Amino acid sequence: MSAGARIWALHLAALALLAAGGVLLPAYHLTNFAKVMVLATYAMGYNIAFGYTGLLSLGHALFFGAGLYGAGMLVQHAGAAAGPAAIAGLLAGGAMAGVVGLLALRTQGVAFMIVTLMFAQAGYLTILYNTAWTRGDEGIVIAREARVLLGFDLSADLPRYFAAFALFAAGLVLKLWLVRSPSGRVMIALRENEERSRMLGYDPYARKLAALVISGLYAGAAGAAYGLLFGYVGASLASTQYSILPLLWVLLGGAGTVLGPFVGALLMFYLIDYSSAVTTASLLVVGVALVLLVLFAPKGILGTLRERWLKWLP
Amino acid sequence: MSFGPFLLLALMEGMVTSAVLALAAVGLSLVFGIMRVVNVAHGEFFMLGAVSAWFVSQWVPGPPVVGFAAALILCPLFVGAIAALADMTVLKRLNYEPEATIVATIGLLYILQQAALSLYGPDARPVPAPFNLRVQLPWFGYSGYKIAVVAASAVVLLGVWRLLAKSRVGLVMRATQYDRETARAFGINVDRVYAGVFALGGGLAALAAVLIVPIQQAHYLMGTDPLLLSFIVVIIGGLGSLRGTVIAALLIGLSDGVISTFFAPTLAKIVATLAVALVLVFRPQGLFGRRAL
Repeated sequence: MSAGARIWALHLAALALLAAGGVLLPAYHLTNFAKVMVLATYAMGYNIAFGYTGLLSLGHALFFGAGLYGAGMLVQHAGAAAGPAAIAGLLAGGAMAGVVGLLALRTQGVAFMIVTLMFAQAGYLTILYNTAWTRGDEGIVIAREARVLLGFDLSADLPRYFAAFALFAAGLVLKLWLVRSPSGRVMIALRENEERSRMLGYDPYARKLAALVISGLYAGAAGAAYGLLFGYVGASLASTQYSILPLLWVLLGGAGTVLGPFVGALLMFYLIDYSSAVTTASLLVVGVALVLLVLFAPKGILGTLRERWLKWLP
Repeated sequence: MSFGPFLLLALMEGMVTSAVLALAAVGLSLVFGIMRVVNVAHGEFFMLGAVSAWFVSQWVPGPPVVGFAAALILCPLFVGAIAALADMTVLKRLNYEPEATIVATIGLLYILQQAALSLYGPDARPVPAPFNLRVQLPWFGYSGYKIAVVAASAVVLLGVWRLLAKSRVGLVMRATQYDRETARAFGINVDRVYAGVFALGGGLAALAAVLIVPIQQAHYLMGTDPLLLSFIVVIIGGLGSLRGTVIAALLIGLSDGVISTFFAPTLAKIVATLAVALVLVFRPQGLFGRRAL
């Protein structure tokens, strides 16, 4: 089997397993997996910026929030249907990433992290400030009647699972294609050595901006899907914590691996889910996981697997 | 009350904010200047200072002033010890690699926040002020304690400046900041300097919190605002510049007092965070600093 065929076979098999899960999983896990797939789509977008292009952003909640509120406010205030609202959310995430990127990409390293953090904080405060539109702290609850896509009721377990699956599958296939394409190679080159890529004739600013916009489109789509599938659009989903979580998932699963964000999101979700049965200290789990990861496994699960055994893993 | 005295009140409130902010921000700035570490857990050191002050005030018998004095000494030491421990067990092992340290301090933030929530609880609790003195101005009465906070902050800042500029300890710190390898070659124990600086930074945040806690109650989530404001101050003032940090703290504290009094506090924060992002983009060395981030 050629390398390309092997890679596609692995990822399509993973998708087939998830599709089968829709039929096999009990109701409780069905909802959990739907949530994990939406959040993993968000994390895949984060991974395109952080894992592949080397842009450590601490402000992705702004793009997730743009998708969330872009879709949610359109449904709430303009009575839009779920389909157009989801597309609006996708575009809002990409547009927000474009605007932030234009400014923030003038900086590098630590300054880039702080600039993105500050923009996201300003966005979060703006959501709290404009209570008339966003309902502030309370958030918007999207009515069941508005959550219908192509005739399927997204608030029911099975359609919700497969809507999340469709989003995740599209994101995964697109990402796999992207990182194996010549543009994806340039992104990795920028991460490894920006000066050398510049010398080879690539424009780092434009390439990074493109990566950030793609990342923002993923985050926007995931945000819109989150609002439409779970019916809640709230400011807490645009807070700093939602910038940190995708970083955590990507680090856990493996930065710069295609399946890593899903593995990380899934493990972290169930780790918190099970530990919350024992203790209420879910923040502690997040904190300890972050510290242990950077100390002992900076490459994450799939990153370590790739280093040791599976050199071909994309 | 007419506009003049109202503005004076806003400015006096702003001075108190500035005084506390300057202490916290100088701690953050020292850590960045000498260790090149962006400490995202700095706000939690502030929170720990306030929360531990509440515990001390509960344990120490006698009039409030005794408990407060004890807190003023014990809390910065306690928080400094935790900071030094975090430096030695985590940051040092990461070799102070910038991105890894940021992720690690984010982890530390969550750990400390959860520890406070579990051990101290979700309630906001007051710590009694050491004295109740009312200074009567022609237009309104003002808390004497708040004026004392401003004075105490000024004394501590002066002390930090003397420590850095005039003492042997400060010389060693500056040498480490200037060139870590050469400092090591001259027999300076760089590891110990780093642990000490991290402890000093945490201790300053804790001290600021002990001073403010009789005015503002202790709460496990209280670290977020000081963290963001300290970042804002440190970036506008120029990273690693002590003088710039103090000037920026005055600027931010006073404008925060005025905007919060006359407009909405949330609006003040939106303006400040956006200002910082733009300062970093267009003038990365800050308004007073010489070195870029």
